[in-house]
Amino acid sequence: MTVEQSKKDKIMVIGVVLAVLLGPIILNPFGAGYPDLLQKFVIYGIFAIGFNILFGLTGYLSFGHAAFLGVGSYSAVWMFKLLSMNIVPAIILAMVISGLFALLIGFIALRRSGIYFSILTLAFAQMSYNLAYSVLTPITNGETGLQILHGDPRVLDAAVEDGALPVTNLFGLNMNATADVSLLGMDIQFNAGYYICGLIMIVAFYIALRLFRSPFGMMLKAIKTNQNRLNFTGVNSRPYTLTAFVISGIYAGLAGGLLACTDPLAGAERMQWTASGEVVLMTILGGAGTMLGPILGAGVIKYFENIFSAYNESELMDVFSFLPHWLQELVVSVSSLFVGEGWHLTLGVLFMLIVIFLPGGLMEGFNRLVKLARGGYRKDGASASAAGKVTAE
Amino acid sequence: MINFRLDRRGLLKGGLAAGTMLAAPTILTRSASAYTNEPTGSNVVLGFNVPQSGAYADEGADELRAYQLAVQHLNGEGDGGMLNTFSSKELQGNGVLGKKVDYVTGDTQTKSDAARASAKRMIERDGAVMITGGSSSGVAIAVQGLCQEAGVIFMAGLTHSNDTTGKDKKANGFRHFFNAYMSGAALAPVLKSNYGSDRKAYHLTADYTWGWTQEESIAASTEAIGWETVAKVRTPLGAGDFSQYITPVLNSGADVLILNHYGRDMVNSLTQAVQFGLLDKMVNGKKFEVVVPLYSRLMAQGAGENVKGIFGSTNWHWSLQDEGSKAFVKSFGQAYGFPPSQAAHTCYVQTLLYADAAQRAGTFNPCGIAEALEGFEFDGMGNGKTLYRAEDHQCFKNVLVVKGKDNPESQFDLLEVVDEVPAEQVTYAPDHPMFAGGELGACNPGA
Repeated sequence: MTVEQSKKDKIMVIGVVLAVLLGPIILNPFGAGYPDLLQKFVIYGIFAIGFNILFGLTGYLSFGHAAFLGVGSYSAVWMFKLLSMNIVPAIILAMVISGLFALLIGFIALRRSGIYFSILTLAFAQMSYNLAYSVLTPITNGETGLQILHGDPRVLDAAVEDGALPVTNLFGLNMNATADVSLLGMDIQFNAGYYICGLIMIVAFYIALRLFRSPFGMMLKAIKTNQNRLNFTGVNSRPYTLTAFVISGIYAGLAGGLLACTDPLAGAERMQWTASGEVVLMTILGGAGTMLGPILGAGVIKYFENIFSAYNESELMDVFSFLPHWLQELVVSVSSLFVGEGWHLTLGVLFMLIVIFLPGGLMEGFNRLVKLARGGYRKDGASASAAGKVTAE
Repeated sequence: MINFRLDRRGLLKGGLAAGTMLAAPTILTRSASAYTNEPTGSNVVLGFNVPQSGAYADEGADELRAYQLAVQHLNGEGDGGMLNTFSSKELQGNGVLGKKVDYVTGDTQTKSDAARASAKRMIERDGAVMITGGSSSGVAIAVQGLCQEAGVIFMAGLTHSNDTTGKDKKANGFRHFFNAYMSGAALAPVLKSNYGSDRKAYHLTADYTWGWTQEESIAASTEAIGWETVAKVRTPLGAGDFSQYITPVLNSGADVLILNHYGRDMVNSLTQAVQFGLLDKMVNGKKFEVVVPLYSRLMAQGAGENVKGIFGSTNWHWSLQDEGSKAFVKSFGQAYGFPPSQAAHTCYVQTLLYADAAQRAGTFNPCGIAEALEGFEFDGMGNGKTLYRAEDHQCFKNVLVVKGKDNPESQFDLLEVVDEVPAEQVTYAPDHPMFAGGELGACNPGA
């Protein structure tokens, strides 16, 4: 690792820490500064970071990662039901169970590579989904989803007062505790659950960064570049891919556990293939193989899902009220196709544009902008460094 | 140039310090309002959480129209609709408690996770003091649980599962719509007089809470009139193609197919059952019949010709001739150009009932509203005399048994009301085995 590289990494870590700490303030003007969405940003960020360890480094495209997310959620909710509303045992169990589950699936699926591996993981995830949906109803509560109930044993906790449901907490700090602060004319909500998830994401990001820069990460990149050549040199690549798969599964389980910590409900649809596809989209949208890309991608997709889907026609009318009346109606009738129930359409268009024009995802766009800004006074060096810079970030 | 070194220890220390600083104010509770999202300005925000995509999107779109109409009527726009026929005269058409009614909308996608995320957005960001909607019982139960935790009122929309006011009932949740038990109790006598008491039934059931409880309720009430249940087959929600489930029906020896499906699922399964020629078959010396226990006009419209002669039950139908129904059909028709569905009706009524309860209680506090709704008796909302039972927050009212019309006069005139079953016949004890296992708990005002 070069000195320049490690300096860049430090800046990146500091950037992530600042972004997480200031998240509620930065995102408030975009209508995304409320606890639930902020939590989703960081939790799906963890999910995408984990997915990127597998896909970005080894090139193995898993189409069934949502299975681990779901397993993590179910384990965490069972911990809330049986042991305690403290999130620590729930997160630990979620990571352990999803890790074991990933070991099992990875052991079988990694016997193949390329499209066959993708199909195998997809098949396993759909199996898990259908099991959770109907066969395992006693454990998963089927379509209704597993919820905590007042009458659950919770052996470590004191009895809750009559009728009220207990709240998930970290040694007494309630996950839903929120402080409303008026700042710069905005009503900012600082939420405990968000900061707990955010700190966990920073740790997860740091570990992933060390992994990317380690000899182990180098080996994984070698697998992505040319696995055959690696095999011919006498290296057995399977233990490496399996380790990456399990680590990635544990990340997904951690994300699933945190989802349950912020909202103690686990539903089977969390394991559906659409959810697996979503994390693939997040990673590719942001930039596969980059450090920050998956987090950005997760943020963009969750933003679209939650904010764009909420616009309705009367709100659009307000937004375009500065236009003359006939134009306003025209603009609203066209743009309403892309919001509300049409948010999938917007996301699809965005995804297409990114894949066609920025194959490296949002991070490539970002790097190009940086290069463009620098190019103003250093035109000659740009083309020389471009070749070696494809996966530098 | 400032030279600072960042090592692992420094990073951890800094992170810890920053974390503690930021965590410090969060230990303080939220600002001193008496309950979640207490409206302090000149308006009050309601959250309409309906499916805009998925198998129930048609119902969701109609629910949203009804909500918008209800908000107009509450704010004194339009002709007032059912406010003129409602037995309680507290609402004056000047908003609720002097505050103008505003609303925000969200897409549940007919998925629990998405529905909870969108309800949370309305509560946390938009300051909604009441959430209503849902066209799937699984979603309704998930959102009802969330509202209980968050300390806002949940006025259930179209949810027909016994569990919503049965084992999953919550103190902050209220349901106007009827349920699967009521469908069974209302349908059984009609089925007996039309199809006799010696029948073999085959159930195809949507695989989630609503399907399960409806299957249980219908099987119990048809077995009580002497029918035999041959098989109960579960189908995934939103399956699209039901042919693989319909083919085995004929070889099973059953002579009645009961479709515990709703929305587009029902449209698809019924259409395919008719295309497979089930209705033309003779089995056990009797004509093969299909029953759709939960019917709606939107579904009848989707299935077209295929609904002719098929029995089912419904919460409300636009052809009813009481004053409340006529007023609602008139103002809905004027606004949108076609008659409302039962989903639209129940959502409209729920919004008015909430507003009226707030007006009578003199507060938007969930506990005050719950108290005002519990045991509330009203009339003029289209179903005759209705009681909001205090024990389980379920409305008890007349249930309609309907049949697909043989000679429809228009594309909306597809169902005819066969029987209006009085409320007494469909009433059950709060601790009925099909509803047992849950507890209402105490109302939660949040904050």
